[in-house]
Amino acid sequence: MFTYIQNNYQTILDALIQHIWLAIVPILISIIIALPLGYLAVRYGWLYQVFNALFGILYSIPSLALFVLLPSLLGVQILSPINIIVALTIYTLALLVRSVADALRSVDETVLQAATAVGYTRGRRFLEVELPIAVPVMLAGLRVATVSNISLVSVGAIIGTGGLGFLFTRGFQLFYAPPIIIGIILSVMLAIIFDVIIVLIQRQLTPWARVAR
Amino acid sequence: MYFKYLFNGANWHFDKPGSIPNLILQHLGYTGVSVLIAMAIALPLGAYIGHTNKGAFLAINIANAGRALPTFGLVTLLVTLIGLGTLPVVIALVVLSIPPILANTYAGLRAVEPGAVDAARGMGMRPTRVLLGVEVPMAMPLIMAGLRSAVLQVVATATIAAYVGGGGIGRLLIDGLSIGDYSRVVAGAVVVAVLAIVLEVLMTLLERAIVSPGVSGRFSVGGRNGAEAVGPDPSDLLGERSTHTAERLPAAHQDANT
Repeated sequence: MFTYIQNNYQTILDALIQHIWLAIVPILISIIIALPLGYLAVRYGWLYQVFNALFGILYSIPSLALFVLLPSLLGVQILSPINIIVALTIYTLALLVRSVADALRSVDETVLQAATAVGYTRGRRFLEVELPIAVPVMLAGLRVATVSNISLVSVGAIIGTGGLGFLFTRGFQLFYAPPIIIGIILSVMLAIIFDVIIVLIQRQLTPWARVAR
Repeated sequence: MYFKYLFNGANWHFDKPGSIPNLILQHLGYTGVSVLIAMAIALPLGAYIGHTNKGAFLAINIANAGRALPTFGLVTLLVTLIGLGTLPVVIALVVLSIPPILANTYAGLRAVEPGAVDAARGMGMRPTRVLLGVEVPMAMPLIMAGLRSAVLQVVATATIAAYVGGGGIGRLLIDGLSIGDYSRVVAGAVVVAVLAIVLEVLMTLLERAIVSPGVSGRFSVGGRNGAEAVGPDPSDLLGERSTHTAERLPAAHQDANT
């Protein structure tokens, strides 16, 4: 297995970099879209159910099916990475919008009222009171979404753009296990690293949670 | 033009070996067998860990570990090691469906009101009776959520299993991609998407049927929609539940898709 790594070092590295890029971009886009959508879902209660239903349906669609249906809907080539990024953004949104909405709902009503009483306007209250309190739940959802994304990117290898999935397909075509094992190990390591990064971000954003009792 | 294959009547004949109904049945076969085996393993294990709280570390982290494992990699690895056929696919599907069921069963049992368990013991129920008659029914919403998650996961992964020679609707997708017949690909994608959605709906109905109305909060005063609430105090537990399930177990409705 180590000879395989030595001989194919560049391929593995390229696959890894493509994988990281394909996993991160959807997450960033989703965060930007999910925050307003989640806020709206809490502000207008009926929207919550609508989003749940809509995203529930989209989330049920198997990833490979979405990967192959999007090119004809979007008008891009099947090999284009835009394909994967849009599909993963949809999946991540499905998780994040619900997560943001649930997180904002979980903020204690008395805290909100106290903030309003002290003089916060709606917008400032959202940014400075609701969001910080809601952050742990949101980041929990983000962790799930990130780890899922890293697994989903490799499925893209079936249609040609797959990051580490390329190692899986190659290993299968050669009927040779080492590339697959390397791919799995790298994928799991990526998931762990991203998970730890998000946990660290969470600890940074919620200093009150770290105060020793 | 893209829907040629889907709307071609010849492809829907039951007798033809590669026809759509046959592939659907194969797909459902994979799903059913894998989920049943996973249930047989994970439900008792999760119930035991939830009831006695031993091995909680395993139950909490297995959901995250299972999600981190690339499903495609697992399937290709097993086929490369074991060979082509149904066995490696089923093994991979079982391994992938155990984490959501195990983690949700554990979380469901942990979330049971201790007061109810206490009352049951006070009534003189034996431990087994307490487990089966009180804890499991109260944990049902989360257990069913875990099952739904697992079924969704398996349907999606079974689609991919066609890449390594398995059957199921993925066959249409993979073959279509290989020979460049895009209408076949669209047919496969649409069929599997509809299948997944139908299974989701069926499982939601099953959940409605199985979960006792008292637990789902459907009959409580001013309660929320049944599928959301858990336990006797819906509004209170909704906030608590989302943090509870989201933090300790971000798996309930949000588990990996493939």
